[in-house]
Amino acid sequence: MTREDTPTWPHKDLLDVDQLSLEEIHRVFETALSLQEINQRPVKKVPTLRGRSVVLFFAEPSTRTKTSFDMAGKRLSADTFSLAQSSSSLTKGESLKDTALTLQAMSPDAIVIRHWASGAAQFLAERLECSVINAGDGWHAHPTQALLDGFTLFQEWGTLQGKTILILGDIAHSRVARSNVNLLTRLGANVRLCGPRTLLPHDTSSWPVEVYTDLDKACRDADGVMCLRLQLERMQSGMLPDLREYARTYGLAPRHLERAADDCRVLHPGPMNRGVEIDSALADSLSSLVLDQVSAGVATRMALLFLYLTRTEAS
Amino acid sequence: MSAPHLVIRRADWFGREKDLLMADGRVLELADHDPARSFGDAEVVEAHGAVLLPSLVDAHVHLREPGFEYKEDIASGLKAAARGGFGRVMAMANTSPVNDNADVTEAMLDTARRAHPDGPFLHPVGALTRGLKGEELSPMADMAQAGCIAFSNDGLPMASAAFFRKAVEYAATFNRPVIDHCENPTMNPGCGVNEGEVSSRLGLRAQPWVAEAEQVARDCLLAEFLGLPIHLAHVSCRASVDCIRTAKARGAPVTAETCPHYLTLTESSVEGYNTLAKVNPPLRTDEDVAALKAALADGTIDILATDHAPHADHEKETEFEAAPCGISGLETAMSLTWPLVESGLIDRERFADLWRHRPAELFGLEPVRLEPGDAADCILFDPSAGWTPSPDSLVSKGKNTPFRDTPLKGRVTAHVLGGVRVF
Repeated sequence: MTREDTPTWPHKDLLDVDQLSLEEIHRVFETALSLQEINQRPVKKVPTLRGRSVVLFFAEPSTRTKTSFDMAGKRLSADTFSLAQSSSSLTKGESLKDTALTLQAMSPDAIVIRHWASGAAQFLAERLECSVINAGDGWHAHPTQALLDGFTLFQEWGTLQGKTILILGDIAHSRVARSNVNLLTRLGANVRLCGPRTLLPHDTSSWPVEVYTDLDKACRDADGVMCLRLQLERMQSGMLPDLREYARTYGLAPRHLERAADDCRVLHPGPMNRGVEIDSALADSLSSLVLDQVSAGVATRMALLFLYLTRTEAS
Repeated sequence: MSAPHLVIRRADWFGREKDLLMADGRVLELADHDPARSFGDAEVVEAHGAVLLPSLVDAHVHLREPGFEYKEDIASGLKAAARGGFGRVMAMANTSPVNDNADVTEAMLDTARRAHPDGPFLHPVGALTRGLKGEELSPMADMAQAGCIAFSNDGLPMASAAFFRKAVEYAATFNRPVIDHCENPTMNPGCGVNEGEVSSRLGLRAQPWVAEAEQVARDCLLAEFLGLPIHLAHVSCRASVDCIRTAKARGAPVTAETCPHYLTLTESSVEGYNTLAKVNPPLRTDEDVAALKAALADGTIDILATDHAPHADHEKETEFEAAPCGISGLETAMSLTWPLVESGLIDRERFADLWRHRPAELFGLEPVRLEPGDAADCILFDPSAGWTPSPDSLVSKGKNTPFRDTPLKGRVTAHVLGGVRVF
């Protein structure tokens, strides 16, 4: 893809997938498809974003998302700079606003932010001139994860129209679930949520989903099951008695897929707790798209960096 | 009879055009307006038909001094009170140091007297427990003598019913009511947003209404059991209202307040992670707003209070979960609640009850009905005056209001205390 071919990308920031039209979501997928080939080359680098700088500002621990963005940027020849919570001035009491303004003064082209607080990405976007890409804010949104999940399924199925996808586990505290509900339903999928009542949001009346507490029922005729990571602090906060009970009740096992549609696919945003959210053999089975998600993640983030960092060039 | 030294001329007193004559700090006469009447050397304030009311009482403010003077100090808080129409404000104890001993109480009163000798007047609400920790009772006898007119753990509600009972009983020993911040802290994983559709969508830790209503129910039963008054602060939800209504019908000596923002805003105000709408208890739903209005009209809720909670801009300009709870409310209160009268929900008499007569009665303050001999404490309020709260137009140090940059209608145009114009 050349820059001359690129129509204007109208967004400065990516805060959640609801900012994107259906057409734009497909454009992300198409761009990811075209860039994916670079990842298969012996020399995995093109000069597309040479001279552009991207700050990876991760105020919360992250391995795969950060590495994925870093790799995506570098493969397009952008310069990436990492700033972690532990090494930032936030640990010295500096406010998010001041950290942001300091970064802004260094004139990056984009800031990729992961933050523990819902709304943190929006907070930065309202104050910064550069693009802000949300790499996960609190329990709120993880749009790039949702886009890579959607891209993974798009590659697998060609379309999500009419597909039934179950999101399983700790929905209440999951930014992945919130963004995926939004994205997958807009792509035409029927979305189900399943988990114990303690891990479901209090009020999903405005969400276009079916909610289950019975995993067997939730799996019936599902075309895809997306397991979410269970955080261990849920036990201490009284939401679950122990891992064993969770695994027995809500851990996805081969027997559940017997109730699902033929060729039901299994996804997990990682990192996986094998034997807890998902049966280990199932995670390694042919049904699993877990590693496809990781590959799709790099391609999707390359597409997003490309679209956001070149957004003004065609205008 | 003394000659008047101050006259408010052509004011709207419950629909009738009146002249208010004041002398020696007291009301001399509230007479039908007579265009031919001369007032001698008296200073005359032309009301131009503005509404005349007794100066208001705010039973719930945070003035932040000592300890957090950058948010507000007693001088700036009382100045905001004067502008807002409040001649008397009851300041909560969550200062630093906490107002949990007579020395702090006396220091606060001394600061207030020096800053505003003619008023508005500060009435400290002492901490119910030392350091607001809920572990030991405060020395309430000393503090009552020093000037505390009530006791409360506002801001840090107590989960222990048994200890709270003792605190209510001990306060009653000195004829001081207890004001409870109704929230079971063990049921509140977060604050500042109602647990519901908005919080679920935005991914925010939230406070469920049951955390408030459960403690309201406890307090209602406790007040009935003890036969002692408990005042319930900043009631925000329908379930609390239902509990209070039932308790009053059973004869429980329980009273309650709500605040202007709970009558005008809903949980949707936090959309976009708007920290200016982050308040504890949180803004609720349309259904709750309707229930609160009905409760104001039928007397279930006794008084209005602002819960004026000033914060510095930099504290609110941050992540939603990191921002402190609170709305700066003294200066917008009249603008936000006068529409209750204009809409016909309540009449002016009830309005004056909610903001003046009933709080004075509950907390032992001098009654003022602008009858001859009453303290000359009054305000003029122009219901048609438009204004827009902004950092420049607010005199409180706290500019943290969700009504910032929102055009409002109705404003206090004059404020007299003891016959002296304080605004």
